[in-house]
Amino acid sequence: MSGKMLLMGNEAIAYGAVDAGVSFVSGYPGTPSTEALEAVARLKPPGAHVEWSVNEKAALETAAGAAYAGARALVTMKQVGLNVASDPLMSLNYVGVKGGLVILSADDPGPISSQTEQDTRRFAQFARLPVLDPSSPEEAYAMARAAFALSERFRVPVLLRPTTRVCHACSVVERMKPEPLVKPSGFVKGKEWVIFPRLSFEAKKRLVAREPELADAQRPFNFIEETRGDLPARIGIACGGIGAAYAREAALSLGLRCRILKVGASNPFPEALAVEFINGLDCVLAVEELDPVIEDGLRPLMDGVALRGKRDGSMPIAGELSAAIIEDALRVMVPALSLDGGKDGEPPPLSSSGDISTCGGDKGVGSAPSLIAAAALRPTEAVSGEEMERQPRLPLAVPIGGDAAAQAEGASPNAAADEPAPTPPIRPPILCAGCPHRASFYAVKRAAKGRKAIFCGDIGCYTLGNAPPLDMVDTCLCMGAGVTIAQGLKSADPDAHCFAFIGDSTFFHSGMTGALNAVYNRADMIIIVLDNRTTGMTGRQPHPGTGESAVGEPAPKADIGAILLALGVTSVRRANPFDIEEAIETTHEAMDETGVRAVIFEAPCIAVAKPGRPMAVDASRCVGCQVCVKALGCPALSFMPSPYQQGRIAARIDASMCTGCSICSQICPTECIQPLDGPKGGDTA
Amino acid sequence: MNCLLCGVGGQGTVLASRLIAQCAMDAGAFARTSETIGMAQRGGSVVSHVRWHDHAGAIPSPLIPLGGADALIGFEPGEAVRCLPYLKPGGAAVVSVNGVTSAVAALSGNQPDAAVFVDYLRKAAPNLILLDGAEIARRVGSAKTLNMALLGAAARLLGFSVESMLDALRKRLSPRLVELNRLALEEGAAASGSARTVNPKEGSI
Ligand code: SF4
Ligand code: SF4
Repeated sequence: MSGKMLLMGNEAIAYGAVDAGVSFVSGYPGTPSTEALEAVARLKPPGAHVEWSVNEKAALETAAGAAYAGARALVTMKQVGLNVASDPLMSLNYVGVKGGLVILSADDPGPISSQTEQDTRRFAQFARLPVLDPSSPEEAYAMARAAFALSERFRVPVLLRPTTRVCHACSVVERMKPEPLVKPSGFVKGKEWVIFPRLSFEAKKRLVAREPELADAQRPFNFIEETRGDLPARIGIACGGIGAAYAREAALSLGLRCRILKVGASNPFPEALAVEFINGLDCVLAVEELDPVIEDGLRPLMDGVALRGKRDGSMPIAGELSAAIIEDALRVMVPALSLDGGKDGEPPPLSSSGDISTCGGDKGVGSAPSLIAAAALRPTEAVSGEEMERQPRLPLAVPIGGDAAAQAEGASPNAAADEPAPTPPIRPPILCAGCPHRASFYAVKRAAKGRKAIFCGDIGCYTLGNAPPLDMVDTCLCMGAGVTIAQGLKSADPDAHCFAFIGDSTFFHSGMTGALNAVYNRADMIIIVLDNRTTGMTGRQPHPGTGESAVGEPAPKADIGAILLALGVTSVRRANPFDIEEAIETTHEAMDETGVRAVIFEAPCIAVAKPGRPMAVDASRCVGCQVCVKALGCPALSFMPSPYQQGRIAARIDASMCTGCSICSQICPTECIQPLDGPKGGDTA
Repeated sequence: MNCLLCGVGGQGTVLASRLIAQCAMDAGAFARTSETIGMAQRGGSVVSHVRWHDHAGAIPSPLIPLGGADALIGFEPGEAVRCLPYLKPGGAAVVSVNGVTSAVAALSGNQPDAAVFVDYLRKAAPNLILLDGAEIARRVGSAKTLNMALLGAAARLLGFSVESMLDALRKRLSPRLVELNRLALEEGAAASGSARTVNPKEGSI
C-alpha cells in the first residue's frame, strides 16, 4: 500500500525501514521509541525477522550478525538503551557492516519518561558515526529509508535520533514506492570481522579519512532555507530536529524573514554549508533540543558574527523547546519585533545569492540517499505571504518562559478579569487502580515494619511505588541496577534488610546478571520479582516470560523461578500479592533466611487481565478512619461527606476504575468494603 | 484549525486526537498531532494537540502555541481549567462536567469539587458546551466511550460531520468496537444541540 497516511513518527520510521527492504528488526521497548518495532511487527514484512530482544546490547549484536550476512537491519531503543548497547556499538564502527544497519535511538528532552537528558548526537560524535535528526514524522520516514543506503555505502551503522515530539507526533506521511527486498547475500568469512588491536588502529584511521566523503554524502540532509515573513532581518537560525519545526513556527508567527540552516546530519558537521549560511548575517541563533551540538559546530566558523544559543543562556540548556521560547529569543535579537508589527524599521537586504532557496537542499549528489532525500527531505511546503496573512497571529502578550505546562497554569486570556482561576488538583502519574505492584509494595512494607530495611527500585511502572503513601523506592538508577545496588548497600550497611524490586521484563533485561553476581559473591539480600507477565510501562510488549513473540506467535516461556534457582539463589517463593496475609507471610519467611533469597509476586498487569467485579463501600458502616486511602493510594478510592453522619466522611470507590483487586477490603478494619452487588468475586482472574 | 484535548490518562484522548486528524486528512488537509504517551499517562494530566491546514507549511510544528487553540475539548473540568490559557479569546470549549478524583488530592483530603471548575468555565469561556459524559456513558452502556461523546459534541465546531467522524472511526477501530463508539458519537452530537443549558448537578442533558 502506498499513498498518504496519518502516521506517528515511530510508525513512519517503521514504514521507512520496511520500504527500504529491511529484513531483520530487533529492539527493546523504551519510551519514546517503542512503537517503531511494534509497527514493523504489525506490518509483518514477508521474510523479515522481528524480535523483542532481552536488552539493547543483545538487540544490536543480533542485528549486527544479520547485517554481516548482508541483511538490512533496524535496531530500536531509547537513548538510555544506547548506553546498554554502547559496548557493541563502539566496536561495530570499526568492524563495520555489509547490509545497512540503522540504529533508532530516540531521545527524550524534558525528560518526560526517562532517567537522563542525554543526546544521541553526542554518542555519534563519540563513535564517529553518522546520525540523522528528523524534524517531523514525514522527514523521519525519508531519513529512515535513506539511512540504509548511507550505511551500506560507508559500511558503518547509521544512527537515527528523533526526539519525543517527532516520535509521538502524527502527521500526514506520503509513502513512496518500496525498494524491492534484497535477499541477504550471505556471510563471507574474512579477517575484517574479527576485531584485533591492529584492525582497530587501521579502522580508526579509515573512519577519520572518510569523513570528508561522508560529509559530502550527507549534503541532502543539510540545507539553507529562507522564511517568508514581511520583516526582513539579517539574522539566521541554525536548527535541527524538532527545533527546526519550532523555528519555522516562530518565524511564521512573528512574520520574520530570515535565513534558516537546517542540520539533519550533524556528524561530521557540515562546515562549508555553515560558512555559506553565516556569510552576511549579523547574528545567529542556534535552536536544538538537548545538547548544543550545532552551536558547538558553528562556533569556530563564526568569524566575528554573534552566536546565541544554550551556551550564553539565550536558549534553555535543559528541557523541551517551544516556538514561544524561540520567539522570545528572536525578539531580543531583532528589536523591531518588540514594536508591534515592526514594519517601520529599515530592512537590511538579505543575501540574494542563488544559494539560498526556500526548499533548500543540494540536489547534485547522485547517491541513493540523496535521491530519496532530495525528493522527501524538503521542508514542508512554503506558505505564500497571502496564506500567511490568513494564519492566526499569536498575540504578542502571551507569557513566555521555559516550561509550557507552567505557562499554562497562568491566568486565562479568556477569564473574567476579576476572578482568579480555581487551582486544579495536581495529577502526577500513579500506579493504576488494581495494579498488583501496589499490593506487593504494601505487603513488603507491612512485612518489614519495625525492622531496618532498604528498598531498591528499578525501571518500570513500579518506579511509581516511590510516591506516597507507599514510599517504597529508596534507590533507582538504571535497568537492572536495583539488584546490584542492594548487594552493595548490604555490604556497607550490614544491619539492614536489603530488598531489590524488579519487574519481569527488567529481570530478563539485566536482572539475571545482577542475581548471579549476588549469588557468586555471597550476598545477603532479597530479590522481589514483580511478575505481571508483561512490559507494562511501555504498553504491554511480550518478553521471554510471556510465551509470545513480538509478532504474536507462540514462543518458549522462560520460568523466572527456575532461572533464579539455576543461578544459585538459596530459595524461591511465590505468592499472590492480592492475598495480603499470604504475601506478608511469604516475605517474613524469606526475611528469616540468609543468602540471596527470591520472592516472586505473581499477578497480571490490569492491562492484560480481565477486571473482576468492582468493590463498593457500605457507607453506613464506614467509620471514616481513612486507613484504606492512606495506606494504598489507589486512584479509585476517595472520600465524600458521609451520607449517614453529619460532619463525618466516608470512603467511596469509583466503580468505573476499580478492578476488584480487593486489597482495600482486606485492610478495612470494619469490613465495610465488599464486592458490588453480592458477596463473591473480587479476584482479578 | 488548532484543537487541544485535555484530560486524565486513560480517558481516551489519544484516540480522539487521532480521529480528528484522520478526519482532517480525509478532508484533504495536512494534519499534525502530538500526545502524552509513556509514564506520564498513568493517571496523570494528559494533553493532545491537533492541528490541520491546507498547507503543511502553515503548521510547521506539532504544538499549539498558548492562546492559539480554536477549540478545546476537556475530558475533565479541572483539566479544562488548567489548559484554558491555550484557548484563543472567543474560542469554543466542549467540556465534560464529571470530575475525576486525583489520588494525590484524596490523600491530602482536599479534593476540589468539579462544580467549582464548571462554574469558572461558564464565566471564563463564553463559547462553552457542557456535556454530562457520565450520563451518556450510562445510556451507551460503557464508561470508555467518553471520548466519542465529546467528539460527537465537538464535530460541528471542528467543521466535520458526524458521518465523516464515523468514517474515520471505522478506519482506526476494530470492527467489534465500532457500534458502541458510534452510539456514543451520536449521543454526543445530539446532546450538544441543547447542551448549553445543562445543569451539571442534575445531570440532565
Ligand atoms: S478493590 Fe480497592 S484497592 Fe483494588 S482497585 Fe478497587 S478500590 Fe482500588
Ligand atoms: S478503611 Fe474502611 S472504615 Fe476506614 S475509611 Fe476506608 S472504608 Fe471506611
